[in-house]
Amino acid sequence: MPILTYLDAIRQGIWEEMERDPAVFLLGEDIGVYGGAFKVTAGMLEKFGAERVIDTPISESAIVGAAVGAALMGMRPVAEMQFMDFIACGFDQIANMAAKMRYRWGPAVPLVIRGPAGAGVHGGPFHSQSNEMWFVHTPGLKVTAPATAYDAKGLIKASIRDDNPVIFFEHKFLYRRIKEEVPADDYIVPLGKARVAREGDDIAVITYGAMVWTALEAAETLVKEGISLEVVDLRTLLPYDEDTVLTSARKCSKVILLHEDTRTGGMAGELAALIAEKAFEDLDGPVVRITSPDTPVPFSPPLEEFFLPNAKRLADAARKLAAY
Amino acid sequence: MKSGSATEHRGVTEANGFESDRLAPLEERARGADPSLVKDLLEKMLLIRRFEEKAAELYALGKIGGFCHLYIGQEAVAVGAISALGPDDYIFCSYREHGHALARGMDAGAVMAELAGKATGCSKGKGGSMHLFDTRIGFLGGHAIVGGHLPLAAGTAFAAKYQNQPRVTACFFGDAAVNIGAFHESFNLAQLWNLPVVYVCENNEFGMGTPIEKASSIDPLHERACGYGMAHTAVDGMDVLAVREVVGEAVERARRHNLPTFIEARTYRYMGHSMSDPAHGTYRTRAELDEHRRHDPIKRLTSALESIGALTPEAFEESDAQVRQVVEQAAAFAEESPDPASDDLHSDVYRD
Ligand SMILES: Cc1ncc(C[n+]2csc(CCOP(=O)(O)OP(=O)(O)O)c2C)c(N)n1
Repeated sequence: MPILTYLDAIRQGIWEEMERDPAVFLLGEDIGVYGGAFKVTAGMLEKFGAERVIDTPISESAIVGAAVGAALMGMRPVAEMQFMDFIACGFDQIANMAAKMRYRWGPAVPLVIRGPAGAGVHGGPFHSQSNEMWFVHTPGLKVTAPATAYDAKGLIKASIRDDNPVIFFEHKFLYRRIKEEVPADDYIVPLGKARVAREGDDIAVITYGAMVWTALEAAETLVKEGISLEVVDLRTLLPYDEDTVLTSARKCSKVILLHEDTRTGGMAGELAALIAEKAFEDLDGPVVRITSPDTPVPFSPPLEEFFLPNAKRLADAARKLAAY
Repeated sequence: MKSGSATEHRGVTEANGFESDRLAPLEERARGADPSLVKDLLEKMLLIRRFEEKAAELYALGKIGGFCHLYIGQEAVAVGAISALGPDDYIFCSYREHGHALARGMDAGAVMAELAGKATGCSKGKGGSMHLFDTRIGFLGGHAIVGGHLPLAAGTAFAAKYQNQPRVTACFFGDAAVNIGAFHESFNLAQLWNLPVVYVCENNEFGMGTPIEKASSIDPLHERACGYGMAHTAVDGMDVLAVREVVGEAVERARRHNLPTFIEARTYRYMGHSMSDPAHGTYRTRAELDEHRRHDPIKRLTSALESIGALTPEAFEESDAQVRQVVEQAAAFAEESPDPASDDLHSDVYRD
């Protein structure tokens, strides 16, 4: 199987969908001639032409809104946000228009909005946010955040084929750091299905995005100390996979919820509530959250390091919880 | 400034070419200008040039990280425009703002330390290159959302007018920012409410790799102001004295009459969009870049001054050596400064 980076896997997924379905087209800032700020769409203009790979002005609201309009006509737009932080400029078109279209009058809105999120590259307060919860709190949208190259390809393809607006969070730190075998053929990873990334017995670590790798790293350390972590990769945040979360929580009886997003109102709070409601009797310890603190993402590399959760912090928390 | 009397009530203008086309040649204007002012403008441009060269060097060495957008080629815009402002006026910028910060007189060490993410940086390392601030001198930032600061500038102008303070707000942004909604909403407000704000678009021909003609339905860009009845003009942004003069008129108009102006300064960026973008290759050729380099704002002023006998090569060298020393000191300060402490992460989220 060919080895692909996370970035190339996304690119391949989009490429295949472009070949498969003429209704799919791309729009965004500098995605054509420039190939995208991170080069996710490199080579697409040459292959598919300027009619399907459209360089836009810096107009996030119009990019998203026009994509919604085109989707209503049966097209399948994939809109790039150069950084997910800038999606704020198109927020009304997503949260009010796209998300509630089906509920208001019934049409399908087969739209993907994708782009890089997350910290770790010293982007500072406007180029590093994990802003997935802006959308997880909006019924009518789907939200996904792959951690692996395999999933990145499978999920982008599933997102493009889905008849609902999907917000696709790519983690910029993973773009070129993750390299793995990715099938060259057509497959999808279904939206709404989590994955057990590592089986274990003592503590279920439920996470997504770049933090999956952090969890795996901590699991590797702890197994030598006799603590066995099960790592659950949510893959999709809305709708999320209740069954897999609850199965792992019940199996391990102890749970750590881990994410790069800030603490208050984060995905961990939602999962903690779910586990409290439906797996309370199975728990042998408090549900623990490991997240970034409630601050903006700082630029300074050492501060950014303090900001981000890491394997050591996770391992420390896991040791404590294991001894509980 | 074109503000025809027929349509004076709305300040509608019909400017076509460069406003500075009506100006005398640079040599003549330089001869008429205050020598110490001209020297100061030249030295400020030089300071920015050398500072940016140093920043590029430190970036290559890994001492500056993240995203870093250099201002080389555009120095005359910030220096000319900011020289026309008073000490109490306000300045807003995009993320390509090292030059404006230095032109406003921000300490080069505090700027370089911010780029390097040090505790002594102007934002204590929390913002970095794109988020420079010094409120003591009315420098209200670095804003890395394209167009995001244009409404803020309308807001400070509104407050100054409301509070009866003679403060003008100058707001700088790139050519690609004219295509985002915030631009349009701000222009309407500024004119509708008669706000003392000067909007300066630095037209360097590209938004990242996208040329204007692929991004804007209208060119010249300053004609965007027509839709709002706002006074507007273009100026040669490689001519520091022309920028100073044209912005100066707009500042006076704002201060005296509470009227906004839109100025399009035609300039060029010599470096890539950011440090990760090569200077030429994908979206522009080396020949294009070289052609623009012939209009280098520093060389232009230098040769004009030399031709009228107002500057000798020795005097230029002396100025250059002086700013290089300032830059070296700034770099040393940044390097020797401590990193922020882990506790600093939590400070400044709220005001107590
Ligand atoms: C709302 C928003 N969209 C996209 C970006 C990414 N971006 C940063 S700079 C830039 C190009 C801006 O070009 P221009 O306004 O001409 O200014 P210049 O970089 O030439 O100074 C883009 C697309 C952003 N920062 N904010």
